[in-house]
Amino acid sequence: MAPGAGHYTAYHPRWLRPHVSTYWWLRRRSYFAFILREISSVFVAWSVVYLLLTIDAVGRGPAAYQDLLEWSRQPWVLVVNLTSLLLVGFHAVTWFNLAPQAVVVHLGHTRLPGFWISASNYAAWVVVSAIVAWVVLRG
Amino acid sequence: MIKRSAEPLLWMVFSAGGVVAALVLPMLLFLFGVAFPLGWLTPSATHLASVIGHPMTRLALVIVCTLSLFHAAHRFRYTLYDGLQIKHLNEVIALLCYGSAIVGSAASAYLLATF
Repeated sequence: MAPGAGHYTAYHPRWLRPHVSTYWWLRRRSYFAFILREISSVFVAWSVVYLLLTIDAVGRGPAAYQDLLEWSRQPWVLVVNLTSLLLVGFHAVTWFNLAPQAVVVHLGHTRLPGFWISASNYAAWVVVSAIVAWVVLRG
Repeated sequence: MIKRSAEPLLWMVFSAGGVVAALVLPMLLFLFGVAFPLGWLTPSATHLASVIGHPMTRLALVIVCTLSLFHAAHRFRYTLYDGLQIKHLNEVIALLCYGSAIVGSAASAYLLATF
């Protein structure tokens, strides 16, 4: 049963729960950042779809790939891709910053400070990005 | 129909996909979505085809696509619950989110298997 949607029935009182506005996430910066992080999922999905479109075009030959580049140069596609880049980056940053809450590393009897866990994630990001760029451009 | 017992697995895939998406997608999107279309870098189609054609690349790409899509599906499912407060549509939303992820993953597997 949906909260707040209840009505009086013979033996069950009405739910006493405050109604929360659909726009609750606009009330505070931290709420907005939370929903922005959640919305990044849409752009992660778009990135994959776009990647698959590119792979498909490359597979169909140079002419198809040129067509895709042409299509991607349209302002609206560029805007979508740049927005995606921002939000996928936001996902990455929030993900690495949260890593210390999820990963606990012990060195002997001392717990490795969260800073080092985040830092190692950022380092991995740099290394992986460099490898990806190297493979795509030179590999 | 999502049973309660599927949740731990879905959260695990969500985490794995979150890591992969964070590490790999920004650079891939920068190259293919911005740098190549704008002509900042101009690798030829034949070069890209040989890079993508390598079995290791294809395997890596299928893993990246699948995990990222399930990560996105899981997070978006909860975004709908929290953002729009429509948890009562649980079954429909789960079906649409994971269904899309399954379709996308299958498409990526097909595309890269036949590349």
